[in-house]
Amino acid sequence: MSNHPAIRDPAWVRVALIAAALAFLGLFLVLPLAAVLAEALRKGLDSYARALAAPDTLAAIRLTLLVAAIAVPVNVVFGLSASWAIAKFDFRGKALLVSFIDLPFSVSPVISGLIYVLLFGAQGVLGPWLAEHDVKIVFAIPGIVLATIFVTFPFVARELIPLMEEQGRDEEEAALTLGAGGLRTLWSVTLPNVKWGLLYGVLLCNARAMGEFGAVSVVSGHIRGLTNTMPLHVEILYNEYDFVGAFAVASLLALLALVTLGAKSALEWVHRDQLAATRRH
Amino acid sequence: MMARPPNLRVIPGFDTTLGLTLALLSLVVLLPLAALVLKAAGLGVAQWLAIVTDPRVLASFRLSFGGAAIAAGLNGIFGLLVAWVLVRYRFPGRKLVDAFIDLPFALPTAVAGIALTALYAPNGWVGQFLPFKVAFTPLGAMLAMVFIGIPFVVRTVEPVLQDLESELEEAAACLGASRAQTFARVILPVIAPALLTGISLAFARAVGEYGSVIFIAGNMPGVSEIAPLLIVTKLEQFDYVGATAIATLMLGLSFALLLAINLLQKWNRQRMGAAS
Repeated sequence: MSNHPAIRDPAWVRVALIAAALAFLGLFLVLPLAAVLAEALRKGLDSYARALAAPDTLAAIRLTLLVAAIAVPVNVVFGLSASWAIAKFDFRGKALLVSFIDLPFSVSPVISGLIYVLLFGAQGVLGPWLAEHDVKIVFAIPGIVLATIFVTFPFVARELIPLMEEQGRDEEEAALTLGAGGLRTLWSVTLPNVKWGLLYGVLLCNARAMGEFGAVSVVSGHIRGLTNTMPLHVEILYNEYDFVGAFAVASLLALLALVTLGAKSALEWVHRDQLAATRRH
Repeated sequence: MMARPPNLRVIPGFDTTLGLTLALLSLVVLLPLAALVLKAAGLGVAQWLAIVTDPRVLASFRLSFGGAAIAAGLNGIFGLLVAWVLVRYRFPGRKLVDAFIDLPFALPTAVAGIALTALYAPNGWVGQFLPFKVAFTPLGAMLAMVFIGIPFVVRTVEPVLQDLESELEEAAACLGASRAQTFARVILPVIAPALLTGISLAFARAVGEYGSVIFIAGNMPGVSEIAPLLIVTKLEQFDYVGATAIATLMLGLSFALLLAINLLQKWNRQRMGAAS
């Protein structure tokens, strides 16, 4: 950033560009959020509260919390073990492994759901065996959890791998030479070094886990009160023309998005140097 | 990277962590993807071709890929504008605006879908002022694609603009270039790889997008129906073969795109490395 007059844009250019950028963002980001709130409160606070207290809505909220409570810890375990293996050791095929971990990000959410239907569904590869043993995965909660783990798979790993690679192996090697065990080293040396990055990955992972629509929609079967997560419930209410209900549930998800953004920005401002994401060019 | 002989390894846990990583990766990602490939392999080439060249399927691919291309192009223009304003100018609320850019990543797609529909419906806040229909037309689908693609271009261009050395621009100004000439001849070539990377990331995301598009698009077969929705429709009719054929074509095209993005990013890094 230089204030040299030769390369400073004239004031009218600055004002015009800032105005254009803010107008674009206002139209595309602020207005949709405002619309969610306005539609949810269209018939007053009482209708809003009633919509949120509906049994099916409460069931959807519970299921969404349950799915996130399983998917996020699984991805933390995966992210930690993948980044430990990749950052602390050299082995052949590492680049391939990293691109496999990133794979779910380049698959359409609908296809992410489809592959589980093809594997576990009635016509699927394992379908007959599962039916024989009375195990239900697709159109039941296990399918929803699996699809959620799939779409959020890279979040924690992709934040931790570059961070741990950058921090190197010296501190761990020192701890081990001084007699600490592997788990003790992980707990007292590695984790404190990557804790903000880990939290950052968990935040993004959680937001996606609670908000995923496409993949979960394909595997859920849309059974009201049983296999409907919050985003799916939004769709059902919307298609039944219960707009206050749909936007009321949507407002909770929008709140989650705002909290996630706030926490993420706070992390970026305070612990900028301890995050991989803010330094990735 | 420094190669060290394995017997000098001090850090424990290689077998455990790599084993766990590979097990989870296989279970969650590779095995289910293999099921898709297996199912697709069961289709003959003729049958696969017959499915994907069906007029309804072709129309859905035209909208998914054509719409995504237009949306990504718009994101290129507006993303560059937003990144420029955020990096170069100081104004009140700049940090707040910067934090807000990632909203499309954090907001569930279904919420974005119904919110945009409410805004652009013929009686919506914005729709009532427009002389043409946006919601329930292909235009609506593109609008949703623009929304979900906003962060990509901004976030790839921002760091490059930040690192751009002002000496280059000063030199151009000293040599008599106008600001417009400096932008076109000096700045744009430096940020081009990042800009292209951002545009292709936005494109890749928009191609596969489902949640935000289906509410606003109207979903008329052959007109405003996107390819992911057609997969869902086929599944609901228990046409697993049709769904698989469309999915493999989409997957193949997105992997080709991914390869292109990786090459672009390599080029981007080389340019960045050469500049500093």
